Amino acid sequence: MNPRITLATAGRILHQLRNDRRTIALLLLVPCVLIGLLAWVFADAPGGVFNLIGASLLGVFPFVIMFIVTSVSTLRERTSGTLERLLTTPLGKADLMLGYAVAFGLVAIVQSLVATGFAVWVCGLDIAGPVWMLTVVALFDAVLGTALGLLASGFARTEFQAVQFMPAFVLPQFLLCGLLVPRAHMPSVLSTISDWLPLSYAVDAMKNVTGSATPTIGKELLVMGAWIVISLALGSLTLRRRTP
Amino acid sequence: MMNKDQGRDAAGAPAQGSAGRDSIVVEHLQVNRGGRVVLPDLSVTIPAGQVVGILGPSGGGKSTLMRAIVGVQIVAGGTVRVLGEPAGSPALRRRVGYQTQAPSVYADLSVRANIAYFARVLGVERAAVDRAIEEVDLADHADALVANLSGGQRSRASLACTLVGDPEVLVLDEPTVGLDPVLRRDLWGLFRRQAEQGRTVLVSSHVMDEAVRCDRLILVREGRVLSDSTLPELLDRTGTADAEAAFLALIDAAEAAA
Repeated sequence: MNPRITLATAGRILHQLRNDRRTIALLLLVPCVLIGLLAWVFADAPGGVFNLIGASLLGVFPFVIMFIVTSVSTLRERTSGTLERLLTTPLGKADLMLGYAVAFGLVAIVQSLVATGFAVWVCGLDIAGPVWMLTVVALFDAVLGTALGLLASGFARTEFQAVQFMPAFVLPQFLLCGLLVPRAHMPSVLSTISDWLPLSYAVDAMKNVTGSATPTIGKELLVMGAWIVISLALGSLTLRRRTP
Repeated sequence: MMNKDQGRDAAGAPAQGSAGRDSIVVEHLQVNRGGRVVLPDLSVTIPAGQVVGILGPSGGGKSTLMRAIVGVQIVAGGTVRVLGEPAGSPALRRRVGYQTQAPSVYADLSVRANIAYFARVLGVERAAVDRAIEEVDLADHADALVANLSGGQRSRASLACTLVGDPEVLVLDEPTVGLDPVLRRDLWGLFRRQAEQGRTVLVSSHVMDEAVRCDRLILVREGRVLSDSTLPELLDRTGTADAEAAFLALIDAAEAAA
């Protein structure tokens, strides 16, 4: 690993994104539109449902979006031959993976600030805890999505497959993360499984920050951090310098 | 136009005395791909300081041999050594430049941004970026997105990403295919200058006419080396007038013997 190469790679990925204005617009607007829609759906419902679900969604967006963006862009590197070329240079696997994590982590910070701002100031979401904590959780979420996306792309041979990994990897976690049914109220097998899934902790952390003025999110960040490290380590195994 | 008198400084030149030395040594290389034997038992030696062409029909194993030389191919047997090191070893990653057959550049970046990225990965100074752009004659399109370029321009952008690191060994997979005659001549001129500076230049092509551009020709068909010599030697031996006829004569002779 070499910091110069890692940063050059992150810069290159951001540069590619900068040349794709429509993707930037989608990255920033889609979460806002969905949060707005959600607030509207629950506008007349009693019991502050939006406040509960809105916060969780802020934890889900960076994860899902970065998962898709990463798995498609790394698959493109594999199929276009740029990965093969890069692996004949001094670039290390860690440079590539951290380059993606840094680039999409930065994008996620911006995305999270925009989405949180919209949720708070336009939709009236109540956040009891400090906003910077929300951004930290979003950053972990995004890096987690990037790490799992890198891993998933190693198993995809085509872009069709890569896109389908989104429902395969992400939807089960979404169903089990406590957004639809509180995790404690699930059948015990499912709640045990959900105790092991990273998105559960992303959503828990978001709920803690929005629900308490002095939130504790250490355990959640620790679990997510462990998932990030494991996914990146497994993902690096799918990057082979030699291929058949 | 190509910048013909763009001399390299002493620091950029490869190690002294490398010309004429065997730079790539392939011994009994065997490669299987998809359950098929692509290279059954290939041995070949490639000297530095010459333009060496690997010629032969598509599907004959040229790209596989090149992939083995740059160390990205899983091999079933045999050895490949480049500059005295096993192919693909970390020490070679700065010294060997590889251009894949399909242009492997980022379509959503400009030509300059692509080359600048590879320059940073390879740790060369920024001035090398402009030099590489000049060498492949893309100065007029330096700021165009690769996606908006023609096939030949993309291929040259890809070549520039290889040249920018100033590698001692250039492994170029069909770099001139589909280019117009003037550009092709200029690129072969560029390869020749690289070879004259003592670098190893290995170029593949399925266009037999390009044989006249090479100092040494390796004819490959169905994973076997049919011939490895200079063009005059080849023509003399087969009693033919051009590389295509010589190639056919060799195939006929091999089949008659079988």
